[in-house]
Amino acid sequence: MQNEFIFVGILTICAILLPVGGMGMSWMLRPHKPNKLKQTTYECGLETVGETWAQFKVSYYIYALIFVVFDVEAVFLFPWAVAYNKLPLYALAEVLIFVLILLFALVYAWRKGALEWI
Amino acid sequence: MEPIITWLANLLANVSWWPWPAPPSAAIIIWVVYGLFIAFGIAPLAMIVLTWLERKIIARIQDRIGPNMAGPFGWLQAVADAIKMLTKEDTTPAGADRIPFNLGPGLIAVSAVLVFAVIPLAPGIIGSDLNIGIFYVVAVGSFGVLGTLMAGWSSNNKYALLGAFRAVAQLVSYEIPMAISLITVAVVAGSMSTLTIIHNQAVANGGWYIVAMPITFLVFFLAGMAETNRSPFDLLEADSEIVAGFHVEYSGMKYAMVMIGEYVHMLALAGLSATIFLGGWRGPFVEQLYNAVPILGGLLGLVYFLAKVLLFIFVMMWFRGTLPRFRIDQLLDFGWKFLTPLSLFNLLTSAFVVKLFQPAGTAGVALPAGPLAGFGGLGLTSALLISNLLVAFIASLAVRSLARRSRGNVLKAVAGVEG
Amino acid sequence: MTEQIVFFIFTIMVLGGGLGVVSTKNLYYAALFLSLSFSGMAGYFIMLNAGFLAAVQIIVYVGAIAILILFAIMLSRKVMTTNEPQTNKQNWLALIVTPLLYLTLIFLVVKVNWPVSSAAPALDVLTQMGAQFLGGYLIPFEVMSVLLLVALVGAIILARDVEKGRE
Repeated sequence: MQNEFIFVGILTICAILLPVGGMGMSWMLRPHKPNKLKQTTYECGLETVGETWAQFKVSYYIYALIFVVFDVEAVFLFPWAVAYNKLPLYALAEVLIFVLILLFALVYAWRKGALEWI
Repeated sequence: MEPIITWLANLLANVSWWPWPAPPSAAIIIWVVYGLFIAFGIAPLAMIVLTWLERKIIARIQDRIGPNMAGPFGWLQAVADAIKMLTKEDTTPAGADRIPFNLGPGLIAVSAVLVFAVIPLAPGIIGSDLNIGIFYVVAVGSFGVLGTLMAGWSSNNKYALLGAFRAVAQLVSYEIPMAISLITVAVVAGSMSTLTIIHNQAVANGGWYIVAMPITFLVFFLAGMAETNRSPFDLLEADSEIVAGFHVEYSGMKYAMVMIGEYVHMLALAGLSATIFLGGWRGPFVEQLYNAVPILGGLLGLVYFLAKVLLFIFVMMWFRGTLPRFRIDQLLDFGWKFLTPLSLFNLLTSAFVVKLFQPAGTAGVALPAGPLAGFGGLGLTSALLISNLLVAFIASLAVRSLARRSRGNVLKAVAGVEG
Repeated sequence: MTEQIVFFIFTIMVLGGGLGVVSTKNLYYAALFLSLSFSGMAGYFIMLNAGFLAAVQIIVYVGAIAILILFAIMLSRKVMTTNEPQTNKQNWLALIVTPLLYLTLIFLVVKVNWPVSSAAPALDVLTQMGAQFLGGYLIPFEVMSVLLLVALVGAIILARDVEKGRE
């Protein structure tokens, strides 16, 4: 199996060993005396009661949705970028259409106020 | 890695004392050693050296001295901190979701370390020259976002939760301009492999990409800083607003893992910028020396590479010492309304210029040479520079008119309130 | 041998992740299991010498879709604290349909004569892929961008409605 990703696999294992080894070593060295006060949630004043809850803005979610669209677009552009040097002029025109449609999407999101933080 | 692999293969061919039936191939041994070197050499070293460097540089910027007690110039301070983190008690809040709480920091550290697989440290020293090189970097970064989300959510703390919300908005938004600037690089280089990108930055091929594509570089570097959540983009851990954001509940070694993740990510960003835009290990005499004496040439290349990396790291720390933090709406506006359209326009103009200078080819279809192909690499570099500057000029005009309009709206609103 | 072991690890990731998704009561864990499963799929692509597809799998599914799902769950934290039953009234229907589906799939896998290429995997997959996007598959490529545009418009309209509903 001659695969250029073998090293990536080896590095992944080594990289996983780093936190595992680090935490294992500190587990052996560190004191372990939990008490109720230490285990309280960090808070600037009164202790937290019940489940953690924070009010969220729906804008966060809209940004994540727009991101998915542009992420997929970028994925499609990468093979084009590599092949670009080996293609005639039409490659430019075709991608021009592709990118302009997506720029239009960006402008649409902008005009509709999806990119506003209100 | 080839010279070292062949050297070791020759060495192994004569080994007769190997206890197991078949000795592992030379390439595997080299890879394991190099992988361990990255994970247990570069990563902890990055944290120790960079924290010290950062404290010193920030201190100088703020007219202080910084750590100066432990060891000469206080450099033992970082070592002392590392030992302290190793032996500190590690508390887990009672309401935390234990499994993701423990996995999160590890995932952040792993995703940062994995980037080094495609960064060439010196001529001949690279983990794996993937032909999807810079695309791989984008992919590996995704795990870091996942780790941040896990850490922020499972802490059962509202500051951490707010940090995780911000993490999604910020890390995710800046991935787009970063990917598009990498696509621009791939268009100009005609490849995504880091070695090819370095090869194409030889003086004969047009020189460093930072000269040819300053705008692409700026977009990449700024988006990268946002991805590593460095100040002024450190919204997800903004200590004055949400205490420490997603890692507020971490202590001891888990906190150290989050920090390793941050500093290794920073080093990886600097290394990538040096590789893609400053020609990696390229510099005077490296190639000649490498061809004559590989080891000396490699060392010289390593020195050049480290110098470039340190330059970028210094710039990042300079940013942190000088600029105040963004507000979240400004941050998202900067990403979506400025960097993304700018990088898209820049991609299109760069692609157009590249087509003008394209040499004739016969790959698949017969390609006519571009009208300006005769000018070669340096012609391409200067034309790209001109087009980049043009894009920057137009962008600055657009930003100015937009700013004027929004200022006018504010003035109108104020007048309306008063009247 | 090594190849089999690696394949086995990825299979555990994919199947274990999938099992986790359907069996855990905690929605947040389910989303994490889902990303584990996606990562295992990327591993399969790497073993098939399709590094680009593996990276796409990670970027789109782990980096975007799983994050989006996790985020949606985070925003509605209440959902996973409830001890809702994991099945509904139609579970008897599922009991009939799933074995049928399973048998159909088994039948297909066994019966279909899968073409096996003996050619070595192409070296320059990326260039060929890019050339095909702009050559033979141009219309799907351009329709893709329209599809993305439509998805974006839909997402914005839906999110706007949610915002209006909250006010």
